[in-house]
Amino acid sequence: MKSWKLAIAGVAISLVMSSASFAAKTNLVLGIVLEPPHLDPTAGAAAAIDEIVYANIFEGLTRIGPKGNVLPALAESWTQSDDGKVYTFKLHKDVKFHDGTAFDADDVKFSLDRARGDKSTNAQKGLFSAIDTVNVVDPLTVKVALKQPSGDFLYNMGWGDAVIVAPESAGTNKDKPVGTGPFKFDSWAKGSQIVIAKNADYWGKPALLDKATFRVIPDPAAATAALLAGDVQAFPVFPSYETIPQFQVDPRFKVVIGTTEGETVLGMNNKKPPFDNPKVRQAITHAIDRKSLIDGAMFGFGTPIGSFFPPHHPAYVDLTAETAYDPELAKKLMAEAGHPDGFKTTLKLPPPTYARRGGEIIAAELREIGIDAEIIPVEWAQWLDQVFKNKDYAMTIVSHTEPNDLNIFSRDDYYFNYDSTAFKELIKQIDVTSDGAERTELYQQAQKLLAKDVPAAFLFQLPKTGVWDAKIEGLWENGPIQANDLTSVKWLD
Amino acid sequence: MSIGNALANRSFCVGLIVTSLIALVALVSFVWTPYPVGALDIAGKLKPPSAAHWLGTDHFGRDILSMIMVGSRNSIAVASVSVAIGAGIGVPLGLWGAATGGFVDEVLMRLNDLVFAFPALLSAVMITAVFGPGAINAIIAIGIFNVPVFARVARAAALSLWSREFVIAAGAIGKSPARITRDHILPNLASLLIVQATIQFSLGILAEAGLSYVGLGSQPPMPSWGRMLFEAQTMIGLAPHIALFPGLAIVITVLGFNLLGDGLRDVLDPKFQ
Repeated sequence: MKSWKLAIAGVAISLVMSSASFAAKTNLVLGIVLEPPHLDPTAGAAAAIDEIVYANIFEGLTRIGPKGNVLPALAESWTQSDDGKVYTFKLHKDVKFHDGTAFDADDVKFSLDRARGDKSTNAQKGLFSAIDTVNVVDPLTVKVALKQPSGDFLYNMGWGDAVIVAPESAGTNKDKPVGTGPFKFDSWAKGSQIVIAKNADYWGKPALLDKATFRVIPDPAAATAALLAGDVQAFPVFPSYETIPQFQVDPRFKVVIGTTEGETVLGMNNKKPPFDNPKVRQAITHAIDRKSLIDGAMFGFGTPIGSFFPPHHPAYVDLTAETAYDPELAKKLMAEAGHPDGFKTTLKLPPPTYARRGGEIIAAELREIGIDAEIIPVEWAQWLDQVFKNKDYAMTIVSHTEPNDLNIFSRDDYYFNYDSTAFKELIKQIDVTSDGAERTELYQQAQKLLAKDVPAAFLFQLPKTGVWDAKIEGLWENGPIQANDLTSVKWLD
Repeated sequence: MSIGNALANRSFCVGLIVTSLIALVALVSFVWTPYPVGALDIAGKLKPPSAAHWLGTDHFGRDILSMIMVGSRNSIAVASVSVAIGAGIGVPLGLWGAATGGFVDEVLMRLNDLVFAFPALLSAVMITAVFGPGAINAIIAIGIFNVPVFARVARAAALSLWSREFVIAAGAIGKSPARITRDHILPNLASLLIVQATIQFSLGILAEAGLSYVGLGSQPPMPSWGRMLFEAQTMIGLAPHIALFPGLAIVITVLGFNLLGDGLRDVLDPKFQ
C-alpha cells in the first residue's frame, strides 16, 4: 500500500517538475465550484459572479481589501463634509474602459443612478438607499449627497454590486463584461471555463499574470483529482474538506484556512407553525451540537457562531454558550411549547456539502427531541425558487456569504419571515450611526436579540479553505467579500 | 425438474445460498443490528474494521455493518416491488396480445417497443428528477421499464404454446381464450417467468444503487448501498473501507441473483434436461 502510494507520488512529482520548472509562469488555472449565471455584478446576487469579475474586471469608487478594509479604487481620494452628508470623490485620470472609451465622472453618475433607479435590477439596492443626489462637478470630481450620514457608505461603494460601468456597455455586460480593471474578459465556454487576460492599458499597477482561467468543477472528488493532477493550480474555496489533510502534508501545496463572511444557519420559516413559536425555535437551537456538526460535516473546519455575526469582526460577541447544545433543555422547551412528543416537518437542503451533510446530522439530532424532519435535497434553482422566493419551506440550511448582512433579519419580505420591531429599530439606528463605539454597542445588542429570538439556528462560520500550488503567491487568505482578487497574484520561480 | 437435478447445478446452488443469506440478513435487520442504524458518533468516525465495528464506521461514525444490513432491506424492497410491477402489468399484457392477436397484439407490442427504445436507467433518472427523488419514485421508474421485458417474454412463449395440441384441444372443447390462458398457458410459462424475474431482480438492485448514487433513490436517514458508495467517494483515500463494503454488498447480491437466475434457467428449461 505504502509503496504504490510512493510510486504514484513519485510519478506525479516528476510530471509536475518536468512541465513547470522552466521560467516563472504567467498563467493560472483556478477552480471554482459554481458557474456564474452571467457576468454582470450589478444585475445578479450570485456570489459566483463577483468571484470572477470583482477587482479583476470591474472596479468601483472604493474597494474592499484582503483584510476587509476600505481602499481607494477609481476614486483616488475623497473628502467628507462636516455634517457627514456629502462625499466629494476625486477620480483617477487617464482611466479607460476595456472597449477603449474613457472613464470620467459621468460614468460614475450613470452607474450610481442606474443602480438605485426604479428600473434597476441590482441585487443589493439597499447599498444605495442612503444616496440622495449624485452630481458631476468636473470630469474628475463627483459629489454624492446622502439623505442622512451613513457609517457604511464608503464600504458599500466597495461592493461588487456598486462597480462603475459605462453607458455604452452596461447592457451587454452579462455576456461580455467591460470594466476598467487590470484584466479583461477573454472567453467563456459555458459549463466549462471562463478566461480573463491581462489588460495592457490598465491605469494602475499592472497585473502580474497574463492569463487566468476559472474552471468550473462542482464535484468535490473531481476537485481533488484536478488539483493533484495539476489541471487546476488553485482552489480558493476548496469544496472537499475531507481531503484537505492530504494536501496539508503535501509540500507541493499550500493550504490556507481563512475566514469568510459566510454565516451558516438552519433557517426556519418563522410564520409557519410550529416555527412561529419562539420556544420551538429555541428547542431546535439547543438540540444541535455545533461541535459534532463541524466535525462531521466540515471535518473540523469552521467556527461555531451563536448569532448572525462573523467572529473576526471587532463588534462580535460570542453567544454560543447561550445557545449551547442541551438536549434536556430542548426537550423541556418542546414540552412547554405544547409538543412533548415532537412533530413531523421537512428540511430542504441545497447542494453544498455543508448543507447536505450538515442536514443529515441535524436531522439525526432533532430526532432525539422528537422532531422528525424529512430531508428533501434540492438544486440551487429550486432552492431559490421554493425557499428564497416563495418561502415554501419549513427548515433549510444555507450559508449567507455577503458581508455586513445582519440587516437581512430586518427585511420584511425575506425568507425567514422574521418580523421584530425591536430588531428593525436597531438596524435603523445602526444605519445612521457613524460613531465607532456606538455602532459596536448597537451591533452587540442586535446579535444578542437574534440569539434570544433565534429566527434561525446559528451554526458556524464557513471557512475559506484555500488550497493552491505552493509556488503561487498573492491569493487572499480570508474572504471578507466575495472575490478572487488576482491583481497581485504571481508565480514564484 | 427434480431436486437432485437442481442440486447438481453449481450456479443454482451458489446463487441459492448467497441469495438466502442476503434475505436472512435483511430479515435479521428487522430485529437486530449491531448498532442502532441512525446513531451518529462523530468522534468515532472513519474507524477501520475492528472487533467493535466489524466493517468499521463511516464519516458520521455510523456502524457500516448495521447500515449495510438495513440497506439490504431497501435494495430488496425496491427491486422486488419493481419486479412485481413489471410482471403484474407486463405478463397480462403479453398474454392478452398472444391470445387475441391481430390489431390489439400489434398495438401492445409497438407500445412495448416504444418503452424499450428508451435506455432504462436514463429514463429512470429522468422520472425521478421530474417527480422528485425518493424510494417510491425509484420503484415506479424501475418498474415501468420492467413492463416490456415481461410482456415480451410472456407473449413470445404464449404464442408458441397456442399452437400446441393440448391448447388446441382445450379450445375444441369450448374453453374461452381467457380460461385457456389461465389454465394452460400461464402454468406452462411459470418457470420462464421465474427465471426472468430473478434476472430483473438483480438488475433492479443495480438500478436502485445507481439511482441512489446520483442522489435520486431513497433519501436519508434510510441507508442505501448506492448512496453509501457516493458518500464514500471523496473519502476513498482516507478510509477505503467505507467504499469497499457497500460496493461488495452490491456486487455479491447482484452476482448471487444472476447465478440463481442462470441456474434456474438450466434447471427449469426442458431443453437442458
